[in-house]
Amino acid sequence: MERENTLLVVESLQTQFFTYGGVVKALDGISFEILNGEIFGLVGESGCGKSVTAASIIGLVQKPGKIISGKVLLEGEDLLQKSDREMNRIRGSRISIISQDPTSALNPLFKIGYQVSEPMIYHQGMKKKQAWKGAAKMLHQMGIPDSSGKARNYPHELSGGMRQRALIAMALSCSPSLLIADEPTTNLDVTIERQILNLVRELQQNFGTSVLWITHDMAVIAEMCDRVAVMYAGNIVELADVRSIFKNPKHPYTVRLLKAIPLSEVSGKELDEIPGAVPRLINPPSGCRFHPRCQEAMTVCKEDKPEGVDLASGHMVACHLYS
Amino acid sequence: MPELLIECRKVTKYFPIKGFLKDVGRVHAVEQVDLIISKYQTYGLVGESGCGKTTLARTIMRLIPTTEGEIYFEGRNIVTLSKDDLRRFRRVTSIVFQDPYTSLDPRMIIADVVGEPLSIHGISYGEERENMVLRLLEMVGLKAEHMYRYPHEFSGGQRQRIAIARALAGNPKFVLLDEATSALDVSVQAKILNLLNHLKRELALTYLFISHNLSVIRHISDVIGVMYMGQIVEQGSREQVFDSPLHPYTQGILSASPKLDPDERFHSEKTVLTGEVPSAINPPEGCRFHPRCYKAIQLCSQKQPELRDMGDGHIVSCHCS
Amino acid sequence: MKSPPFIMLSSRYRILKKRLHPLTKEFGLTLYVLRKSLLAMIGASIVFIFIFIAIFGSLISPYDPNEIDISFRFYAPTREHPLGTDKLGRDVFSRILCGARYSIRAGLVVLAIAVPAGIVLGGIAGLLGGWIDEVIMRITDVFLSFPPLILAMAFSAALGPSLFNAMMALSLVWWPLYTRLVRGQALAVRETLYVEAAISKGASRWTLIFRHILPNCLSPILVTFTLDMGWVITAAAALSFLGFGAQPPLSEWGRMVTDGRIYLFQAWWVSMFPGLAIALTVLGFNLLGDGIRDALDPKLRRITEVKWKEKIRF
Repeated sequence: MERENTLLVVESLQTQFFTYGGVVKALDGISFEILNGEIFGLVGESGCGKSVTAASIIGLVQKPGKIISGKVLLEGEDLLQKSDREMNRIRGSRISIISQDPTSALNPLFKIGYQVSEPMIYHQGMKKKQAWKGAAKMLHQMGIPDSSGKARNYPHELSGGMRQRALIAMALSCSPSLLIADEPTTNLDVTIERQILNLVRELQQNFGTSVLWITHDMAVIAEMCDRVAVMYAGNIVELADVRSIFKNPKHPYTVRLLKAIPLSEVSGKELDEIPGAVPRLINPPSGCRFHPRCQEAMTVCKEDKPEGVDLASGHMVACHLYS
Repeated sequence: MPELLIECRKVTKYFPIKGFLKDVGRVHAVEQVDLIISKYQTYGLVGESGCGKTTLARTIMRLIPTTEGEIYFEGRNIVTLSKDDLRRFRRVTSIVFQDPYTSLDPRMIIADVVGEPLSIHGISYGEERENMVLRLLEMVGLKAEHMYRYPHEFSGGQRQRIAIARALAGNPKFVLLDEATSALDVSVQAKILNLLNHLKRELALTYLFISHNLSVIRHISDVIGVMYMGQIVEQGSREQVFDSPLHPYTQGILSASPKLDPDERFHSEKTVLTGEVPSAINPPEGCRFHPRCYKAIQLCSQKQPELRDMGDGHIVSCHCS
Repeated sequence: MKSPPFIMLSSRYRILKKRLHPLTKEFGLTLYVLRKSLLAMIGASIVFIFIFIAIFGSLISPYDPNEIDISFRFYAPTREHPLGTDKLGRDVFSRILCGARYSIRAGLVVLAIAVPAGIVLGGIAGLLGGWIDEVIMRITDVFLSFPPLILAMAFSAALGPSLFNAMMALSLVWWPLYTRLVRGQALAVRETLYVEAAISKGASRWTLIFRHILPNCLSPILVTFTLDMGWVITAAAALSFLGFGAQPPLSEWGRMVTDGRIYLFQAWWVSMFPGLAIALTVLGFNLLGDGIRDALDPKLRRITEVKWKEKIRF
C-alpha cells in the first residue's frame, strides 16, 4: 500500500547465492516499507538474511549472489533497475550504510576529516576546504569534542566509540534520506552503545532521516525502533509496530524468541528453548521454513508457504494459524 | 558459612610495555582484587571490555602469572605450585572460551578433543576412554555418531557443547566460563544456559561466569561482581546488585543497557555515563571511576576507596556510600 | 579385569576403523573439490604424466638416449624422430623422456632436505622465541638476501659442477623459505584458544607440540611443497643451463637447452623442446599447487561439502 510519506518499498525481494555447493536461497521474497522519518527495525538471528537484505537494497550484493526478482523502490524509483553508475551516485548521498566494525570500515591511511569529507566532495562537488569544514561540523554534531582537532587524526588514534561516531558522520554527511545501520552497536560496550543509540535517535529527529536498523538484539529494537520486522530463514515472519511485537507477538517464532531471552523478571528459571536449529538455506524446509521447529505446526505448514496476513493496524503475520 | 573454593587476595597483574632497553610503562590490568567464590556457587563477573575480567580469569587458572597477590584453591596457595600439584590443579579446573570456532583443534576429531584430558591425567585410555567420552557427550546433548567427526562439521552451539564436554572430562570441581555464550544466537544461548545450570546441579560444580551481558549474568549468577578498570567495585547477590546497586558505575551500566520493554524507553535515565574508559596505562588517581562519576567529591580524586561490606554481604568500593 | 589380548585387538581394530573414517572423508572431500577445478585437473594430469615419465622414461623411450649416430645429426622433427635429433644424432624425444628423472630427483632431494630443516628450525624459532628465534631468523635473513641462483652458482663452482652439487646448493637456498613459513604458523598456532585450552587441562610441552601445534602447521607446507617442486626443477635446470649443474652426457633438460643453444637458429628443436618440457612441468605443478590450496581452504570446503555429501549418498 503506497502512502504519501513512504520512503522505501521493498516488494517480493528474492536474492540467491550460486555457490559451489548449490543455490543458497537467502531471501525468499520479502516485502516491507519504510516511512519517512521512522526507525525501522529488522531483527533475526544469524543466517536469517538481514545483512543480505541491506546489501540488496543498497546494491552491494557480491558474486556469487544475485538478486533474482523483486522491486526496491526509493521514493518511487526502482533501484534494482539502475546501472552501477547510477547506484554509485545514490550510495552515500541518498542511502548510506554503517556496519558492525568501525575499525575495518575506516581507511587507516587517511585522516578522519578526509574520510568524512569524501562523500561531500564526490556527491556534492564541494571543494576540499569547504568539505573539510563541513566534516568538522559533522563530527561536532556527533558529539566528538574538539572536532577540528580530531578531524586531523587518523583512525587508530581514536577510540572505538569515536570511530563509530566518525562513521556515522561520514554516512550522514550528505543528508541521506535513508540510513542503513547493520549491527552498528553489536561490538560496543554497553555505555558506548547507549551513547550511540542516543546519538542516532537525536540525529534522526534533527535530520529527519529514516533508519533501517538491523540487529539480533531485541533490547536495542525495543529501545530504538518504531516498527519492527522479524526475519527467519530468509522470510519476514512478522511485522508490526514495536509495542505490538513485544506485548502481542503472534508468530510462533517471535513468541519463542522472546521467551528465550533472559529477562530481568524471571531470573534463574529455565529459559524457553526452540528445538532444532536454524536450517541451511541450500535446501530449506518446504512450505513454511519454520515448520520443523514449530510446536503448532499443521499439515498445511509443510506444503504451503504462508503468505503475509494483515491483522489489525498494520500488524502482519506470515503463519497458517492466522490465514 | 558456605565452603570456600577460590579465594583471591590482592591479586594484581601488570603487563610491562617494552621500550628499547627498558620498560616504558605498565598496563594496570588487574589491581588488588579480593574475590571469594564459594563451593557450588555461580559467581558472575561482569564488566566492559578492558576492565580486566579476562586477565583476572587467566590468573586464577594459572595461565598467566600474577604480579602480586595470592590465590587459594581449596585452601592451598596456587601461585606457587610444584609441577605435579599444578597438574592436579589442572585436572579439577576447566575453562570454556567465548569463541566456539577457534577453541577446538580443527585437526582433531571430537573423540580426541574431549578425551584428551582423560589421557593426560591417566584416567583412561583406548576403548575405556572412548566410552567415557561418549558418556560426556551424551551429558551435553550430543550423540555417538558425533564422536568421529571434525569440529568444522558442527554449528556454533554444538561446538560450545563439545567445549563443555571437554571441560567436564576428568570430573572437575570448578569451571571458568569466559563469555561462553556471547558468540551465540539468542535461542542457542538459552539452550546452553539451561544446560550449564543443569550440569551444575547434577555434577556439583562451581562456576565463574564472565560476561559483559547484564541479563545473562543476572539470569545465571548467584553472586555478582562488577569490575571496572581492574578493580571490583561492587559485589553482592542478584537482588542486591541489580535491584539496589550502590556503586555509580553499576548504576550507570544498568541504566545504560537497553531494556526489553518499549515502554521503558521513555523514562528518563537516572545516571548517564559520559566519556569513555580511560587508558589502563595511566589510570586516574584515587578512585579510578571518579572522572566519570556523578557523585564524585574531592576525596575521590585523592584516595582509593576500600571495599566495604554494607552488611548482609553487599560489598561496595565507594566513598559516597 | 583385563580382557584377554585377542579381544583387545579386535576392539582396537574397531576403534581404529572408526577413527580412520573421518580422515578418509576429509581426503575424499579434498579430492572432490580438486576434481571440480578444471585447471587443477590439468595441472594434476601434467604432474602425473611427468612422474610417470620420470619413473618409466627409460623403458618407454624409443631410442637409447645416449646412442650417437653422426649420420643422423640435426634431423628436423620427422616421424622416426618426432622431436628431431641433436648435434650427436641422439633422439631428442628419448632424451627428454629419460631426462625427467634428473629433474624429479632434483626436486625431491632439495625439498627432502629443505622441508625437514625448515620444520625443525622454524618450529624451534617459533615455539621457543627469545634469542633463539632472533638468531635463527637473522641467519635465515642472511641466506634469503642472496640472489638464490648466485648463491647456488658460488657453491657449485666451489665444489665443482655436477648435478649432485647443484642439488646441495639449492637445498642451501631453499631451507630459509620453509623456516619462515613454519615459524609464522607456529607463532599463530601458539596463540590459539585450543592450545590455551590444552594447557589449561594440563597438557605437557610435548603433547602441545606434537599433537596440536605441528599438525596445524602442515597444510601450508603441502601447498608450498607442490608449488616449489616446479620452481626447484626450474632452478636446477637453470643451474645446468649455466653449466653449474648436470654435465654432459646427462640428458637433464636444462643441460639439453644449453647444449643446443649455439645451434638455435639452425636446429631450434634441440633447445626448444626441453625448454618446453621444463615450462610445462612448472605449469603443471603450479596449477596443481593452486588447486590444492583451494581444496584445503576451509571456506570453500564448507560450501562444497553439501553437494559432495549428497553425491556420496548415491
